[in-house]
Amino acid sequence: MSEFKAISGRIITPAFMFFFVVFLISLYFMIMRFTDGMGAVANINGGYPWGIWVVYDVIIGTGLACGGYALAFTVYVFNKGQYHPLVRPALLASLAGYALGGFGAIFDMGRWWQFYNILLPWNWNFNSVMLEVGLCVSLYIIVLIIEFSPAFLEKIGAKGLLKILNKVLFFFIALGVLLPTMHQSSLGSMLIIMGYKVDPLWQVVHFQPLLAVITAIIMGYSIVIYEASLSRVSFGGSDETPLLKVLGKVAVGLMVAFVVIRMIILGVQGKIGLIFAGDLASILFIIEMILFIAPAVIIMSPAHNKSPAKLVMAATSMLFAGALYRFNAFLFTYDPGPGYSYFPSGPEIMVTLGVIAFEIMVYMAIVKTLPVLHRSEQSLHRSEQA
Amino acid sequence: MKRRDFLKSGLGAAVMCGTAGAVSEAEARPNLEPAEEAVGMLYDSTLCVGCKACVYKCKEVNGMEPTTRDGADYYDSAADLSGDTLNVIKIYKDGNGKYKDAEKNGFAFEKRSCMHCVDPGCVSACPVTALERQKLTGIVTYNKDACIGCRTCMTACPYNVPQFEYDDAFGQIHKCQMCNQKGVERIDNGMMTGCAEVCPTGATLFGTRDQLLAEAKKRTALKPGEVYNYPRGDLSKPDSYHEKVVPEYKDHVWGEKEAGGTNVLHVSSVSFDKLGMPPLEERSYASVSESVQHTLYSYLALPAVALAGLSFVVKRNTDSEEGGEQ
Repeated sequence: MSEFKAISGRIITPAFMFFFVVFLISLYFMIMRFTDGMGAVANINGGYPWGIWVVYDVIIGTGLACGGYALAFTVYVFNKGQYHPLVRPALLASLAGYALGGFGAIFDMGRWWQFYNILLPWNWNFNSVMLEVGLCVSLYIIVLIIEFSPAFLEKIGAKGLLKILNKVLFFFIALGVLLPTMHQSSLGSMLIIMGYKVDPLWQVVHFQPLLAVITAIIMGYSIVIYEASLSRVSFGGSDETPLLKVLGKVAVGLMVAFVVIRMIILGVQGKIGLIFAGDLASILFIIEMILFIAPAVIIMSPAHNKSPAKLVMAATSMLFAGALYRFNAFLFTYDPGPGYSYFPSGPEIMVTLGVIAFEIMVYMAIVKTLPVLHRSEQSLHRSEQA
Repeated sequence: MKRRDFLKSGLGAAVMCGTAGAVSEAEARPNLEPAEEAVGMLYDSTLCVGCKACVYKCKEVNGMEPTTRDGADYYDSAADLSGDTLNVIKIYKDGNGKYKDAEKNGFAFEKRSCMHCVDPGCVSACPVTALERQKLTGIVTYNKDACIGCRTCMTACPYNVPQFEYDDAFGQIHKCQMCNQKGVERIDNGMMTGCAEVCPTGATLFGTRDQLLAEAKKRTALKPGEVYNYPRGDLSKPDSYHEKVVPEYKDHVWGEKEAGGTNVLHVSSVSFDKLGMPPLEERSYASVSESVQHTLYSYLALPAVALAGLSFVVKRNTDSEEGGEQ
């Protein structure tokens, strides 16, 4: 029998209904966006063409969906087979996140009925960073579906197909590592051409792709830690925590690397003074750095090492660190010049909340229908004894 | 963390840094050169009297809707560029605003419309080639049939020129195309842009970039107080001239070098940062962005090598894992 198992219980729970109501409210504004234009719902304007729909739903949303990427990197490239139990839930969250990111992108596209133009080779502009992001994300969604499909094939008992898939899966796993490395770094490269509009503390020019891809992996790890905790709570097993601790240490390495590399870049570019300027950018920068450093301190301190709660706390900090980095660069400190300002409207925020609610609903429904979460040996024995 | 793992991650980080370093060194693409027969405009802020005839004419030629304010339609009073407005005259004011073209206690006019960059950010950033720099004329054009409305061009324009019609469910990007888009085609027919045609003082001149740049440099070198014969309309065949005392020009032709230069040039007596021009250096953002992108993705060589390497490693690791379990 498979070591993965669907959580038992009904799909429709009070929590599920709550998210459903949020989604229904957002649906009203989503329809309005299509009937009356984006301006009727969102506060985006001539100076701020990208509001939270792009910056949260797509740029940060796909970052948060990097659990599958971060874990695939660790499991298959660094040959840490013991993280295998976490791969499937991570892939599901990635699939949900990226699919919704893709939906968000089409939703935010001003001329969405022509979206297919980006898939037609004669339209391609190879100088465009956005082209790389668009194509790479589309391709990665397909790869994620293939990577996740064993869960579905197991459910319907398609053994022949599973066998064939397992033979070629290595190639898709490799693609599943390569593609996010490409487009997650490109999300950073998009900042280069925005030039002076990006605050000097975030406009690191040539190093944009490097910093962006590190934040992607950090956010990915944070989601993996969350999911492992969910898995533990659902099945009562506890053996995932030691695995997670090692995972946490890799994340610590990444965060330390991120902070060190970034400070070196800012030093070389002569921008260290800006950190202490005391303006909005400097305050946001310092908060961001605290969020990057705090989880490293939590995970490294021996006293808290064994506490799963502390690990979740560290993961939360990692999540906010990565998200704030992208928010700061693309929105909070973004300045197109005098005469323009942006703050999202209520309906605009509602739409984003609706997208998040829908993502959570899909995740909740799938872990209860398909074998996604891992049942540890321990809990297997326990349920047999019971 | 085991020592071996540490070394591995260290190696990974080193490779990444190396790549980033290589990006900053190798294959740097220089700024683009002006188009062979680049056409443009010269806006002389000191000649502008703020009549906004150009704003009205622009709306007329390009079939744009008037701006509605307090229930009345205005063809000349848009506050800024938008999906309905390709050209506006803005005003700088300081102190009591008494003296024209003075930085202190003065005022000055400034025209905002597409600068038709020599190395345009919008063209570089557009994923579907909806924005193009025309080979011969250097005019930056827009094709709504290719556009997907991602608005990356808006983020990539240092002048915030491309504007999306947010109030339309089926909106598009609007920007000045030098009155030469399909259906208008004034330049192709030997005419000049609408705004240059109606400008009564010659504050907006039409011409080739070379001609205009020479004229601009001539003006900034003139002695204040002298009398100069200012042309109107098309610089290659002016409709008329008028004599005027030369003001104290700043020794700066905006668009000669900024971010690779522009085909629309500005001269003024008030410094350009006060007139709302962005803080640009000589290197175009487009050239930097493309240097990074092409180093990482030229012929997809780097990704292909990475994919081969990853496939090998993953295959080996998954095989050994299966072997271990059985």
